[in-house]
Amino acid sequence: MISYLGRRFVTSIIVVIGVSVFIFILLHAAYPSPARAVLGLQAKPNQVAAWNQEHGFDDPVIVQYFHYVNNVLHGNLGYSYVENQSVLALFKERTARSVYLSGISLVIAIIIALPLGIFQAVKRNSIGDNVATSAAFILYSMPSFFLGLILIQVFALSFPIFSFEASQSNSLWVVIGDWNAMTLPIFTLALITVASFSRYMRSSSMDVLAQDYIKVARAKGLPERLVLWRHLFRNASLPMVTLLGLSLPILLAGNLITETLYNFQGLGLLFFISLQKVDYPVMLAYTLAGAVLVVVGNLIADIALTIADPRIRLA
Amino acid sequence: MAMQQPPLDAQRALSGPEGGDVGAVQSGWRLALREFTSNRLAVIGFAILIFFVLFCFLGPLLYHTDQVDTNDILANTAPSGAHLLGTDNQGFDELGRMMKGGQAALEIGFFAAFVAIVIGTLWGAVAGLAGGIIDSAMMRVVDVFLSVPFLFVVLILAVKFGATVLSLSLVIGFFAWQVPARLVRGEVLTLRERDFVLAARTAGATSWRLITRHLIPNALGVVIVNVTFQVADAILTVSYVGFLGFGLHYPNVDWGDQLSNGINFLEDGYWWLIFPVGACIVLTVMALNFIGDALRDSMDVRLRRR
Repeated sequence: MISYLGRRFVTSIIVVIGVSVFIFILLHAAYPSPARAVLGLQAKPNQVAAWNQEHGFDDPVIVQYFHYVNNVLHGNLGYSYVENQSVLALFKERTARSVYLSGISLVIAIIIALPLGIFQAVKRNSIGDNVATSAAFILYSMPSFFLGLILIQVFALSFPIFSFEASQSNSLWVVIGDWNAMTLPIFTLALITVASFSRYMRSSSMDVLAQDYIKVARAKGLPERLVLWRHLFRNASLPMVTLLGLSLPILLAGNLITETLYNFQGLGLLFFISLQKVDYPVMLAYTLAGAVLVVVGNLIADIALTIADPRIRLA
Repeated sequence: MAMQQPPLDAQRALSGPEGGDVGAVQSGWRLALREFTSNRLAVIGFAILIFFVLFCFLGPLLYHTDQVDTNDILANTAPSGAHLLGTDNQGFDELGRMMKGGQAALEIGFFAAFVAIVIGTLWGAVAGLAGGIIDSAMMRVVDVFLSVPFLFVVLILAVKFGATVLSLSLVIGFFAWQVPARLVRGEVLTLRERDFVLAARTAGATSWRLITRHLIPNALGVVIVNVTFQVADAILTVSYVGFLGFGLHYPNVDWGDQLSNGINFLEDGYWWLIFPVGACIVLTVMALNFIGDALRDSMDVRLRRR
């Protein structure tokens, strides 16, 4: 187990280095220097060159990369010349809100999807299963902004129950308490995830239901409730751990769309604004953070699975 | 309650010999086709896809609309006999615009899938055949690409280089080849141990010939299954890029563009600017997913035959 996790850990480090070099070079090729944004369009070429030299933007890309990594390790994510603020300060303001939105959506998605998948597998081909499968198929094929628009139309305009704009408060506690404003964004993000999670949970539960130990549990007279809880739920949930890790990129993208649609002041909206204003340091930092999060998320999922499933520990 | 599976022997006895009825030997591909056409959802999905291809590419020939010149007098009119789905805020006919947007979505979807499949198939085949250090190095590259936040990078490149049908297809395809690469590598790992590959090697086939003539054609099944999912994902990605406002430029338009334009009038109740376009995206993507699922099942039949 230790050697497996050790190998997994080393691979993750290699992938993090690889993906950060790749993204850095790619974005550097697209936006070589923020000099124009700082000096204005009237700046003469020699002024731009002097500024580039002063701020290290004429070094070879790989030198700039090491410089950047060194800065990141010392807590400096770069400086946004467009917002006139350090990227770290911009992130600090907004991270908690984005983490809250994504986190609670993920929790709600799991709470809905796992029991739903089990129900569908147990009552296979019943009306309930067919309805849930169809709904999952439609949601799965739906861009999240369109789902958001439908929710806004129904629950904010036709029946004005919730607000169509997310909470604009700076305080996380106010945001958390503001159900009127936060329900639609949270469910937009959660429902898209439910669609794919419940499909996987259904097929994973069906695999487990076909196993001999389920037959044994039933044959020895274990109440159905305990069969489902002790044997089916626990075993069928294992593949979901991996799926959680793999779904991080989708969650990040969903976060971007949802925050833009509901004007929620989180990291996704910050990235959207940085795209509009061509704010290269913010784009770079957010894309890199996303990549690292994906790698770390997958690593954590693998570690969690190793702890949860003794069969992997022995391998 | 779990359905009790009859033992395998009993199943065979009930359904006849494995691989179809006794009689003339059928090819695996024909079996796959029969399995595919017997799947109701697949046929529905295929019909929807054909409908949208005809709608987007032949529709404009039958339903003439002006999609170049704006017309303020016609802005935001409700559906009527002259404009079946009304007009948008610039006076463009919404139904005609849906056809034009659909052309872009389908073109980008299929072209991006083609790019992804070509890169992924070659990458996976070379890695699988090479084995050893080259294989693990190439697979780490796949891991790196899998960790790139796909939508972010596509957006950044779309902002920088401007979105056209060609550029979006290339960018989306270039960041979406990881799954076909893994699938093909897996197939090649088993194929390369088979006798026909050994025979080809003995006959003096070069690695390139092995890959293009023997390995890729035999690994095609897993690739074909992946194609429709690639198209579906690319169409969704284009709609995201368009929705965020970094999509195709005037006079071109895509479905996401139209939706983000329609949002401004959501409170005014101009439903025709939003829900028909949204339905187009959902139906097209759903049709492709149906086809993909059915292809996967029917390829299973073909593979079981081997």
